[in-house]
Amino acid sequence: MLRKLPDPAGGVVTVIVEGRPCEVGPNDTAAAAALLAGIGHTRTSPVTGEPRAPFCMMGVCHECLMVIDGVPSRQACLVTVREGMRIDRQVGPRALQPAGADAHV
Amino acid sequence: MADTSYDFIVVGGGVVGSAIGYGLAKRGARVAVLDEGDTAIRASRVNFGLVWLQSKGDGMPDYGRWTRRSADLWGPFAQELRQTSGVDPEHVQRGGVIFCLGDEEFEQRRTTIMRMHNQVEPWVYETEMIDRRQMQELFPGVRLGKELVGGSFCPHDGVSNPLRLLQSLHAALKRLGADYRPDAPARAARAEGGGFAVDTPVGTLRAGKIVLAAGHGSPALAGALGLDAPVIPERGQLLITERVAPILDVAAGGIRQMSEGGMLIGATFEDTSEYTTRATTANAVELAQRAIRIMPDLARLKMVRTWLGLRVLSPDGFPVYMESDDHPGAYVAFCHSGNTLAAVHAEDLAEAFLAPRLPERLASFHPRRFHAQKAA
Repeated sequence: MLRKLPDPAGGVVTVIVEGRPCEVGPNDTAAAAALLAGIGHTRTSPVTGEPRAPFCMMGVCHECLMVIDGVPSRQACLVTVREGMRIDRQVGPRALQPAGADAHV
Repeated sequence: MADTSYDFIVVGGGVVGSAIGYGLAKRGARVAVLDEGDTAIRASRVNFGLVWLQSKGDGMPDYGRWTRRSADLWGPFAQELRQTSGVDPEHVQRGGVIFCLGDEEFEQRRTTIMRMHNQVEPWVYETEMIDRRQMQELFPGVRLGKELVGGSFCPHDGVSNPLRLLQSLHAALKRLGADYRPDAPARAARAEGGGFAVDTPVGTLRAGKIVLAAGHGSPALAGALGLDAPVIPERGQLLITERVAPILDVAAGGIRQMSEGGMLIGATFEDTSEYTTRATTANAVELAQRAIRIMPDLARLKMVRTWLGLRVLSPDGFPVYMESDDHPGAYVAFCHSGNTLAAVHAEDLAEAFLAPRLPERLASFHPRRFHAQKAA
């Protein structure tokens, strides 16, 4: 099981992982939050549909792509959490355009 | 190995040589395809993969007709390749477009299309200019850039997956009993004893006939066989984005969506005298900027890779096919559009190389045209 080391800085940030509130440390990454929340896989492959999860946790493997605050394909291991951050699984390929069309570029 | 003898040695295992070798092998010839392996400067592995008619043949009507013939043959060719090799070259023929940004580009394109139509029979291209509304109908659900005024549409255009095509041809060669030899690059070739001999690091191979289809490698081998291979390199850079849900059904010059979702964007056209394939950031920026002007939402996507290849061009950009006068049975074949022409290379061109002499219908493609231009 995943166990978190104590953070000397302390403090608590609440993020929303797959719609459920989750308390994490202020220096944690979104990928760490997803692992701590215990949601299992964090994305599915756009080619095979296979479930995938964070692996390297240092920005190299791109296995941790997630939708963060509505933005797809973020490397969750490189994003530091923020109060109220929404962290969602990325299911299959992202869309070229967000649902709702006239979003700015 | 030293005693191995074939009906044909094809020098070059890229898409041109492999398609010719495949066409010869399926007609019963004993074929060896000699290749350099992965270190080759290989346009076949870096190209955009279009099966493309609408831009081909301005100035050489026979090239337009030849390309149309290949576009028509591609469907059955792809099906047969898939059945023979087990690898699908992913051919799709739903027409293709060239995008025009601004009225000036549109007018230029319209003039080009009209000029090309005037050179051949009406059935050859059937390309039409379409306006922005018609373009939007071809790409439902895609937000088009403000500057996009329309473009040209040709119903015979399509796509393949260039990596799968090459893989499929190599696998098919093996299934048909041909020798695909990535370990046996041709060092020298010569006429010998009524046939031809090719020296390779693993020995000398012999055949009754020889086809030089080695792209940038052909010039060095051509002279000894009485062949002319005026090959010119041109740099072309492409980039590909992360995978996105399928949205582009129709292929376009410059933007296409691969079967697995990546958006392939290209290509640059840069003269060069250097045989290097170094990609540049400036090229990637240029490609991305134009693509974003056409489809602004591409700006959201991450680029995952950019690379550069060297086109195989003749001085006028049209294909070259010739048989040696000094040494009949020696042929050279090279062209820009190895993917597009793969089907006609596997059929009509293979038939032509099996004939006692190269048929007259291929005369337009003889490189003597370059010397005639010089004299005039």
